[in-house]
Amino acid sequence: MNDEAILERLQEIMADVFDEDDLVVTRDTTAEDVEEWDSLSHIRLMVAIEREFNVKFTNAEIESLESVGDLVDKLKAKTS
Amino acid sequence: MFREMSWLPAAPADIRDQIKALGAAASAGEADSAARLDRIATYRLDESQLSKLGRIALSSPIASGHLAALKIGLIGDGTLSLLAAPLVGSGVRHGLLLDVMVGHYNAAVQQVTDPNDPLHTSGLDMVFLGLDRRIMGLDDPALAPGEAEARVEAALARVKMIVAALKPSIRGPVLVQSLPLPVEALFGSYDRVEGGSPISMTERFNQSLVEMARAGDIVLVDIGRLAATIGAEAWDDPRHWHASKLSFAPDLIPLFCDIVARTIATVKGRSKKALVLDLDNTLWGGVIGDDGVEGIVLGQGSSTGEAFLAIQRMALNLRERGIVLAVCSKNEEATARIPFAEHPEMLLKDQHIAVFQANWTDKATNLRAIAQALNIGVDALVFMDDNPFEREQVRSALPAVAVPEMPEDPAHYPRIIAAAGYFDTVTFTAEDRERAAQYQANAERASMLASAGDLSSYLKSLDMVCTIGPVDRLTRPRVAQLINKSNQFNLTTRRYTEQELAAMESDPRLHLVQVRLADRLGDNGIISVLIARDNGDTWDIDTWLMSCRVLGRDVEQAVLSHLVEAARRAGAKWLVGEYLPTKKNVIVVDHYAKLGFEPAGAAGDGGTRWQLPLEDYRVPDLPMNIIDSVLSVSREKAA
Repeated sequence: MNDEAILERLQEIMADVFDEDDLVVTRDTTAEDVEEWDSLSHIRLMVAIEREFNVKFTNAEIESLESVGDLVDKLKAKTS
Repeated sequence: MFREMSWLPAAPADIRDQIKALGAAASAGEADSAARLDRIATYRLDESQLSKLGRIALSSPIASGHLAALKIGLIGDGTLSLLAAPLVGSGVRHGLLLDVMVGHYNAAVQQVTDPNDPLHTSGLDMVFLGLDRRIMGLDDPALAPGEAEARVEAALARVKMIVAALKPSIRGPVLVQSLPLPVEALFGSYDRVEGGSPISMTERFNQSLVEMARAGDIVLVDIGRLAATIGAEAWDDPRHWHASKLSFAPDLIPLFCDIVARTIATVKGRSKKALVLDLDNTLWGGVIGDDGVEGIVLGQGSSTGEAFLAIQRMALNLRERGIVLAVCSKNEEATARIPFAEHPEMLLKDQHIAVFQANWTDKATNLRAIAQALNIGVDALVFMDDNPFEREQVRSALPAVAVPEMPEDPAHYPRIIAAAGYFDTVTFTAEDRERAAQYQANAERASMLASAGDLSSYLKSLDMVCTIGPVDRLTRPRVAQLINKSNQFNLTTRRYTEQELAAMESDPRLHLVQVRLADRLGDNGIISVLIARDNGDTWDIDTWLMSCRVLGRDVEQAVLSHLVEAARRAGAKWLVGEYLPTKKNVIVVDHYAKLGFEPAGAAGDGGTRWQLPLEDYRVPDLPMNIIDSVLSVSREKAA
C-alpha cells in the first residue's frame, strides 16, 4: 500500500474514532491539531488502527510516534 | 465464538453510513429512528461504533421511550473510562439507556468514603466495580508464612468496604467482577499447590467473591471464567496494561461491555424467558416432511445424529432451570409432531413443549402467537433456526426477538446459545425451577378456555387455591424479585430491595403479604404482593402488584377481601389506593374502579386516587379456595 492509500484509510479511521466527520489529516497532523485527540482517544485510535491494518505495534513504537507521517511510515513498513 | 461474539449478525458493509444516518434521523426526531437504533444495536459492532450508538441514544429523545433508563457508576482499578461509551451502546442491545458515571482513576476508596462524592449523591441505580489483580496486590508472590492469607484478606476487605459504603446510596446492587488468572506462572504446575503464588491467591480471592454473591451482598460478573473461556493469554495483553492501564486486550471491550450490560439487564428482570425452536435441521437432521420419521438423522451412532441429541439435551437442561420451550416450524402440524411421539431417540417429548406452532404462516406471526399464548412479550423470546432466511425475516419484522446467528455445524449450536448468554441470571429460586411447567400450564389453560367458552365455570373448574401469607425470610427473595420485575400489573411501581423489605417487615404499621396461587394444572408460586400502611382510620395501599401469568382469575378480588378484613380488624374505616401511571401499567388504570373503589382525586405524576368505605364492602363469590395464614381464616370457593 502506498502512502496515499494509507493516509486515506487513516483519515477514515480517525474521523470515526474522534467522531469528527470532516476531519482532514496530512502527514504533518499531530495530536495538537485535533481537539478530540487526547490520551484516551489515542488508545482507541491505536486499537482501531491495529484492527483495520491487522498489525501490532510495540509500546516503544507507539511512544516514538510524533505525527501522522510517522504512523504512515510505520504502517508502510509493517504491511509491505 | 465468545471472542468474536458470533451470535450477533455481522455489521453490514455500510454500517458507518447507517450509524451516521441514524444520528441525523434521531436528531431530526424521525419516527422510525427508535426501531433503527434497536436494529443497529443487534449487529456485531466494534468499540467505536458502540460508542457512537451510545452517544446517539443518550443525546436524542428517541431512545427514552422504549429503553429502561438507569444510572450506572463505573469504578475500580485501571482505565475504566474507555469502557463508558461502549457500555452505553451495549446497553441499547439489552433494552437499556445507561447514564454512566465513571469514577476517578484508581480512586474508588477515596470516592466512596466521601459522603459528598457524586457516587453517593447522584441517585445511582447500580455500580460496576472493575478489578485488576495488579492494583490489588495479588500479582506478586507472597511466600512468607501467613503472607498470602493476609494479602487476599486485604484485597477482599477493600472490596467489602467499597460495597458497604455504596449500599445506602444506590438503589440496586453492586456488580463485582471476578479476576482472570495470571498467565505467567511462577513455579509452573506447582503454582496451584503453593498458596502464595499469584494464581493461588487470585483463585482464593475469586472464591471469596462467590461467597459474597451467594450471601446476596454483590452480584458477580464472572469475568474470570469468561477470560478462561477465551484464553487467559488472549485476554491479558501486557502491552495495554503498561501503556494505558487497561486490564484486558482492547479488542475485547465490546464483549466485556456486553457481559456487563447483560448482567445489568438481568438484574432489571430483562432476561429471556422462552427458547423457540425450529425443527428440521435444528432439532434433527433432514426434513421430516420429505425424509419421514425413519429418514431424519438423530441419535447415537452418527456424529450428526449425536450433535442434534446434544442440542435437545441443551434445551431440556434449560427447561429444567425454568426456561420455557416452544416450537415454531414450517410444517404440517401432524407431520411435525410425529418424531416427538414416535422417534425412539427424541429426548424432547410433547410434554416439554409449551406451545407448538407448526404451519405455513411466516415465523414472525407465529412467534407473536407463541408470546401471546405464554402471556409474555416478544422481547422475552429467543428464536433458534438454522435457516438464514427465516432468521432475517424475524429480525426485520420483530427486532425485539433475540435471533442468534447459527454456526455452520450443528455441533456448535449449544455453544452459541451459551455464548450469547440470553438466559443469564443473578438468582435462582424454587419458583424459577417450576416456571417452565407453569407457563406451559398457562398455555393449556388458555386453550381450555377457548373450548370451554364460559369464563366463570372455567375458573371454577380449575380448582384454584389461593394462599395468603406473610413476607418473611423464606419468601422475601421472590417477593423482591416480583417488586423489581413487575411492570404491567403494578399500581405504583415502587421498587424495594430485599434489605428494605426486611426492615419493612418489622414495622408494625406496615402490612405486607404475599399471595400464591395453585390449581389442578400446577402451582404458580408467589404471584402477588401487597403492602399497606395502617394510618388509623385509613389504610393506604403502598404497593399492589401481580404477575400477569394469573390475570383474569379473580386473584385481585381475593386479595382485596383479605385487605378489607385486615383493615377492619385494625379498626380502619377506609381503604385508599393510588394508580401511578407508567409506560407499562395501563393495564391497571381501572383496577380500583373495577373493585368498587370511588374516585378520590389526583395522585402525584398524573395518577389517580381511590377510596373504599369498608362498611359497604361485601365479599363477592370467588372461584377459589382461600387459605389465609395471616388472618388465620380459610374460605371455600363458591358453589
